Amino acid sequence: MKYKGRFGDYGGFYVPEVLIPVLEELEEAFYRFYKDQQYVAELSQLSREYAGRPSPLYYAKRFSEHVGFKVYLKREDLLHGGAHKVNNTLGQGLLAKYMGKTKLIAETGAGQHGLATAMIGALFGMETKIFMGVIDIERQSVNVHKMKLCGAEVIGVEGGTGTLKDAINDALRYWTAHVTDTFYLFGSACGPHPYPTIVKHFQTCIGKEARQQCLEQLGRLPDMVVACVGGGSNAIGIFSGFIDDKDVRLIGVEAGGRSLSSGRHAATLVAGRVGILHGAKVYLLQDEEGQIHDTESVSAGLDYPAVGPEHCLLKDTGRAEYVAAEDDEALDAFGLLTKSEGILPALESSHALAYLVSQKGKLDSEQIAVVNLSGRGDKDVSIVEKRRPLGN
Amino acid sequence: MKTYKQVFSELKGQNRTALIPFFVIGDPDFDTSVRIVKTAIDAGADILELGIPFSDPIADGPTIQKADIRAMKSGMNLGKALEFIRKVKDYKDIPIGLLMYYNLVYQYGIEKFFNDFHKAGVNSVLVADLSIDDADEIVGPAASAGLDTVFMVTPVTKPERMKLIASKTTGFIYTVSLLGVTGSRENLSGTIEGLVGKLKELTNVPVCVGFGISKPEHAATVAQAGADGVIIGSKIVGLIEDNLNDREKMLAKISTFLGEVKSAI
Repeated sequence: MKYKGRFGDYGGFYVPEVLIPVLEELEEAFYRFYKDQQYVAELSQLSREYAGRPSPLYYAKRFSEHVGFKVYLKREDLLHGGAHKVNNTLGQGLLAKYMGKTKLIAETGAGQHGLATAMIGALFGMETKIFMGVIDIERQSVNVHKMKLCGAEVIGVEGGTGTLKDAINDALRYWTAHVTDTFYLFGSACGPHPYPTIVKHFQTCIGKEARQQCLEQLGRLPDMVVACVGGGSNAIGIFSGFIDDKDVRLIGVEAGGRSLSSGRHAATLVAGRVGILHGAKVYLLQDEEGQIHDTESVSAGLDYPAVGPEHCLLKDTGRAEYVAAEDDEALDAFGLLTKSEGILPALESSHALAYLVSQKGKLDSEQIAVVNLSGRGDKDVSIVEKRRPLGN
Repeated sequence: MKTYKQVFSELKGQNRTALIPFFVIGDPDFDTSVRIVKTAIDAGADILELGIPFSDPIADGPTIQKADIRAMKSGMNLGKALEFIRKVKDYKDIPIGLLMYYNLVYQYGIEKFFNDFHKAGVNSVLVADLSIDDADEIVGPAASAGLDTVFMVTPVTKPERMKLIASKTTGFIYTVSLLGVTGSRENLSGTIEGLVGKLKELTNVPVCVGFGISKPEHAATVAQAGADGVIIGSKIVGLIEDNLNDREKMLAKISTFLGEVKSAI
């Protein structure tokens, strides 16, 4: 490898020897193409015409009235596929094409990254396999069906708890056996180098746009930027735009699951300890000896016991703050945004909204929060119906 | 304590190849696992490769994953692993290599891990998810604890990298015979003979071959290609899985199979 892929001491590439050449190849290709004129032009056209960028920054007036300060939503939910994931799958998919790869694999939790990969597989005519935990397949069946309609094969992973962690395990195992012709389109800004760097690169458009939109629409920068954190790609994407603006607070919201004290959650940065999983040294939810804990969250996309390395560094340096929102708080926030604005947020993004609700009365009315509304909640309607029945 | 060097040089004198069975410590439970390993020693094992179970073994196929789960369910932990190793060493002074994942070493404390496990009788620790690039994190502490180093080479490892790996290896090179995770295979990978030959040109460090070796014929081919050792994991771990209801049959099957391999190499 040319670079160490470290964020402070975090990150790196802790992988079996067999994966080193293919990660080297990926690193080399990324640094060759990411500034290449033709590549940049093609990606920018696809982002605009296929994905629907730029996404709007929307003043959620009625939601703001409820919490008592100004809330702006960065509408990544309006992108093609319904989430920020398409930014990354277009970038990496195009990279795969430039590298001459013909097959894509990806892991997925909520199915948003799986769907965004399946879309790109269809767009570029690549054979696509999506690894997904069996529990997630059950709770995100709409996305599973959409992936299949796009022509992807969805492979159910039974190991462990049948969630995102197990899907990554099996995708890595599959990749080990198919390194020569298969591109692993990793979905979050975590895992082994160079993925945290690559995924962040393709998600920085969120932060760049949001900052510009703040200056144009509000005439100033926001007081805080809030995003949910599973692996951390939407959060690092929007944080990156404001990281040098020291007066802007950056807040990452993890999945508090049932509750932090119950141990049934996925709040890695809030409650974890440093270790090594999925190729990176990062905060992890683990037992005393280092066996990885089962996690729990109403949101499949946040249900993961590790996190991206840059978030670990941002936590240690204090540049970003990390908090947790429990399932019930996220479900309340989902209901509030839907009722007050007619916008269904993804349960992942609902965690970020839940943090704002928790700040009611703590900020003054002129303060401004920008929330990354990373995805739309259509996929979650049946879960919400189960947990919060509407009745007749 | 018997060293890899001693074993390989003894075998060389007899024109034989080392038989290296792999088991997950504590699979399916502590006591049976001890009996299994003793059986393997009696059947002619020259070196033992022992796995410590991990919740997320990304380099392992379904057979070893299930063994990890069985061992963890029966309460395996690092304290018991130390006890296990001492028991095996009491039975026979045979070199033991551990094969495991980095997080367990890291959480235990790298230096303390190597010291404690070396004291119990371990000769080397191969960390499956730690490549040569970050090996400095363990090479120093391993050497000061008195351990040999073992690293992997695969069919996609480039020659200059092979040389680098060989230069950091004091025990043996664990040569992965195919692209993929652990697991028994019907046929041996066609690339293995060339790979062993290449390594033999590049280094004098002993070369052992693992992954997918499931039949005495596979072992014979690997031995004829010039390998110093043959590592057999999933095939015999599969025999444990297939005979969970009959411990005596399980031991007999493992003994017979290893005996057949032994005579083939």
